[in-house]
Amino acid sequence: MSATTMFEPAAIADPMLPYPAVVRAIRPETYGISTFSLEYLDPAAQAGFAPGQFNMIHLPGFGEVAISICSDPNTPKVMEHTIRYAGSVTRAIGRLRVGDTVGMRGPYGNPWPMQLAEGKDLMIVSGGIGLAPLRPLILEVIHRRSSFGRVLLLYGGRTPQDLLYTGEFEKWQDGGIEMNVSVDRADETWKGQVGVIPMAFYRIRLDHRNTLVFSCGPEIMMRFVIYEAMARRIPKEAIYVSMERNMKCAIGFCGHCQLGPAFICKQGPVFQFSTIEPFFGREEF
Amino acid sequence: MVGSTAPRVSATAILPKPALQRVLDNLCQSGFQLIGPTVRDGAVILDAIRNISELPIGWTLEQKAGSSHLLRTHSTDYFGCPVGPHSWKRYLFPPHFDLLTAHRNSHGWTFEPARDDSPPFAFIGVRSCDLHAISIQDDVFVNGAVSDPHYARRRERAFILAVNCNTAASTCFCTSMKTGPRVLSGFDLALTELPESFVIEIGSEAGSNVLAGVDWQPASAFDLGRVTQIMQRTERQIQRQVTTSDLPQLLYDRIDHPYWDAIAARCLSCANCTLVCPTCFCSTVEDHSDLTGTNTKRTRAWDSCFILDFSHVHGGNSRPTVKSRFRQWMTHKLGAWIDQFGRSGCVGCGRCIAWCPVEIDITEELSTLRSQGAR
Repeated sequence: MSATTMFEPAAIADPMLPYPAVVRAIRPETYGISTFSLEYLDPAAQAGFAPGQFNMIHLPGFGEVAISICSDPNTPKVMEHTIRYAGSVTRAIGRLRVGDTVGMRGPYGNPWPMQLAEGKDLMIVSGGIGLAPLRPLILEVIHRRSSFGRVLLLYGGRTPQDLLYTGEFEKWQDGGIEMNVSVDRADETWKGQVGVIPMAFYRIRLDHRNTLVFSCGPEIMMRFVIYEAMARRIPKEAIYVSMERNMKCAIGFCGHCQLGPAFICKQGPVFQFSTIEPFFGREEF
Repeated sequence: MVGSTAPRVSATAILPKPALQRVLDNLCQSGFQLIGPTVRDGAVILDAIRNISELPIGWTLEQKAGSSHLLRTHSTDYFGCPVGPHSWKRYLFPPHFDLLTAHRNSHGWTFEPARDDSPPFAFIGVRSCDLHAISIQDDVFVNGAVSDPHYARRRERAFILAVNCNTAASTCFCTSMKTGPRVLSGFDLALTELPESFVIEIGSEAGSNVLAGVDWQPASAFDLGRVTQIMQRTERQIQRQVTTSDLPQLLYDRIDHPYWDAIAARCLSCANCTLVCPTCFCSTVEDHSDLTGTNTKRTRAWDSCFILDFSHVHGGNSRPTVKSRFRQWMTHKLGAWIDQFGRSGCVGCGRCIAWCPVEIDITEELSTLRSQGAR
């Protein structure tokens, strides 16, 4: 309500104001995709993060993009972001060099419900760059491997060259992750499985009463992952998906990321499938 | 009683109509910029005013689907003109707003919040539908987990002089949305216009203070009876009815309904409805750089779910057709909003109906969708 006297409200933090962050390292991943290690110049801006959360990265003059944090949540000082050069902002980010600064704010969004997976089997299903928001989860699982049952990673890419983090796969396997990697189209160098990732379900046995499915990838892939999981009697309440929509603010103001009643920035990006089922995969919704 | 002292909060006073000028003067002297309805370029808009003579006295709006005409009347009512295309959101949540500036020096980018130098606003003549719209935008910007400091600053300092609506347009349906025509709360002062005087309800300490020195009398039971009569008359004027009891499920059950194609065949996707809507809150951000590239200003601007770019992500657009964008607007406004904020995003002001260039009427489309069954 209105104030009687004319006073300025106390200065409060502006949630749209980014903090300067410096590029500490750039690691090329595949063609057109690199991982940027970013560190806030002011350590007070660092709030930590949970696997599945994202940051807003602002390159002044170009714009701001929502990018998942893909590094180990136990070392949040330097956060890694795997970025595909897809639009004008990400292409401009691609021209940055180590030592350059950007604006960053976050973390935002609803993380993977790791605590629910403790003591259970965990099936991680991912396609393409969708592995990025799952990598912090994988690293955390390896840290606390004994807290979880079987942990499977089903990962697919269009071609062998499109697979991310391949240099870490051996370490992940040694850390107790059962790896199932496949490609849609193989070349002469590929010795692994071929086929779209939902087909990997046919090569494994699952304990449907004790398995959680965490999935991130193209929506069409997640649709078939859900289909295959439910065909194996995994309840829809045990399936979690990470969604993507256009995002301008990440704090529920801009309205861009709505999916039916949900704001993907606030209730998502990670959703229990049962909560968004009526709106998931609807044509042009 | 009359003159120097002020009536207490929740009291009801009566004052001769010209005495409203003194109220406006008091507000000006307290540092408020007055914003009220005024006639400009053949329309009634909201803009800075200082004098009661700037109100649309002797004007009315004849509104129906796809048209809004400003007409002369013999009425001498100060607030007899129905709502025009503007709503108060343009002062609390401006169409363009500077968020921050970024500067680059040898150490890299630094970010500064932009200063909002706007004076406190006094909104003169807020109808009940629009008062509800303000409160609905409060849900979005300040009542959630994260508060928008820019909106909050303007909102906290705003003075609201509400009016009980005495002239409804044919496009109005506030009675169906339970948002009017009588103002019930959330105001500093609430006026009811009688032929020669205003009955005025004091809603806050600030409202009481601006009546100091104004020629007021306590309102009598007879005066209050006339207020009730006027409100009953306005309610009878509102012919348009909308059923809301089956929302939001009605719309969720019709996501794939072919009738959306029929609406899309008419809709121009021009975004007029979202711009005139007093509750639509979608925005985008824009960076404006100088030629050196070292100074950038970041602004927030109104956006609309009707704009193709709105749902663009790498590799495509989740709502590429007019059908999908109209469906998003209507399903959000009348449906999903209830799940998000506990009440409808529609206040029944009828602006989207009057300002649609192709006469799309949200109330008619809703009843057509309802009559066609789930799909």
